[in-house]
Amino acid sequence: MRVEARGLGVDLKGRLVLKGVDFAAQPSELTAIIGPNGAGKSTLLRALAGLLAPVAGTVLADGRPLDGWDRQALARRLAYLPQDRVVHWALTARAVVALGRLPHQPPGAGESATDARAITQALSAMDVTHLAPRPVIEMSGGERARVLAARALAQEPAALFADEPASGLDPAHQLALFEHLARLATEGRTVIVALHDLSLAARFCHRIVLMHEGNVVAAGAPEDVLTVEHLAAVYRIDAKLATIDGVPVVLPRALLP
Amino acid sequence: MKAAWANTEPNARTLLGGLAVVALLAFILSLAIGPVGLGRGLPGEAGALIFREIRLPRAVLGALVGASLGLSGAALQGYLRNPLAEPSLVGVSGGAALGAVLTIHLGLSAAVALTLPLGALLGAAVAMLAVVALAGKHGGPVTLILAGLAVSSLATALVSLALNVSQNPFAMVEMVFWLMGSLADRSLPQVWLAAPFMLAGIALLLLLGRALDALSLGEDAARSLGIDIARTRTMVVAGTALSVGAATAVTGIIGFVGLIVPHALRPLAGHRPGLLLPASMLGGAIMLLLADIALRLVQPWVELRIGVLTALLGAPFFVWLVLKTRSELAP
Repeated sequence: MRVEARGLGVDLKGRLVLKGVDFAAQPSELTAIIGPNGAGKSTLLRALAGLLAPVAGTVLADGRPLDGWDRQALARRLAYLPQDRVVHWALTARAVVALGRLPHQPPGAGESATDARAITQALSAMDVTHLAPRPVIEMSGGERARVLAARALAQEPAALFADEPASGLDPAHQLALFEHLARLATEGRTVIVALHDLSLAARFCHRIVLMHEGNVVAAGAPEDVLTVEHLAAVYRIDAKLATIDGVPVVLPRALLP
Repeated sequence: MKAAWANTEPNARTLLGGLAVVALLAFILSLAIGPVGLGRGLPGEAGALIFREIRLPRAVLGALVGASLGLSGAALQGYLRNPLAEPSLVGVSGGAALGAVLTIHLGLSAAVALTLPLGALLGAAVAMLAVVALAGKHGGPVTLILAGLAVSSLATALVSLALNVSQNPFAMVEMVFWLMGSLADRSLPQVWLAAPFMLAGIALLLLLGRALDALSLGEDAARSLGIDIARTRTMVVAGTALSVGAATAVTGIIGFVGLIVPHALRPLAGHRPGLLLPASMLGGAIMLLLADIALRLVQPWVELRIGVLTALLGAPFFVWLVLKTRSELAP
């Protein structure tokens, strides 16, 4: 699914959080949105998912404005994984992951064989099969994050938007998550993640969008966006860029005065 | 793979089927138990009269009112994502009480038949509209609770005022008794008046399963799963107003059923708010029918009203809830 935003302006409680953002993400691409706290990453993701009404500009999904989409039809094509990992009630991990199948089920219909297969695959992709019968509210933060990510995967969307999916995960599960997201992209899906870990962005993402104070400052291939100059201007850090054993690494060396 | 989870995920059909059987048994028991043994020595015609005019309205009312209270409690808890929510919270019961008390106070209920339930229905509708207007178009769960509390408080104050200024001791006794809630001595016309509203409200609330399931993940995730939050809120409020408003109009205030029933059944429903809706509907009917049967069994010794009994059961339940929460939150 091609996702595009043109001149997007979003106002949250009287504060202009996005100031005319142009953005595009293509199928088969893993796109990272990076930027300091408060740059507007989460707001951009929510607006792209149609969860915020913009005060200016439009969001197009497959060339069609989001307002023109039936919400249920959109939910079959687009999954959104929020940053706050909320699960009310003592639902089991499997019940939570099964919620990802709701848009695919006609009213009143129960779980089909296709649903069951998608749930099983999503549980296994996020390495939470062994947690399936356990209540999610009793799990650690990282386990909960993986269960909720599995919920979005079970939705089997053409486009997946994930807000900070890797935060709170141990290194092994961070790698596994991003390898899976990259695999989803190679399958032809559009994957967009808001991200703080610059090394993960450099390593896995095909395109990086750098945001600062509600604007897109740079967008393009990782090597063009993750430069010493950009990082100094936006994050106020002196960064060291290196490649170790073929893996790109971004090291924030010091704060700039 | 489904079989692997069969023992951990609750089986909806078994749970609802079991509850339906128990509800049916309670309904039959409610028809059969009373001070007069039917079918034993009593002339056929008198027996039929007792059955039609006393037992049947009481059992039908118990089942419908219990179902309304249990279901709307589950719907409100699911929508507000708060296990302490219950129907009286959104102001509907308070509005119905005020409407009823006013008809008694003004002497209308004594003059014209059915004015009391009609006044209560009107009160419930006005209270619901006030709550929705107060909460605003985009008000979230907290705003809705606050608006409900504001309207309930006002209704309670006005009920107290009516009691306070009442000159007629008979009207005052009638008001107080009505506020206690009772299933006894309701006529079939009263049941027919309230039943369509209760059934319409029940039908609306039963449609909410999918939305409430999705809301377990918060509003943003629910919307991204295709749920219309504003429509969900409208259905919760309208369904509660119709079912609980009509129930209260006929029986008076019966508290705690909407709180206790969803709580008790939640673990059996795998904590799923969607499955909890039909389960709480059946559970509410069971609880109210059994409570009413218990009242009839103790009647030779003490004349108790069902609203008093549910409140007596509700208070210790709250104490238990506090102790449970305290131990869960303890370090």
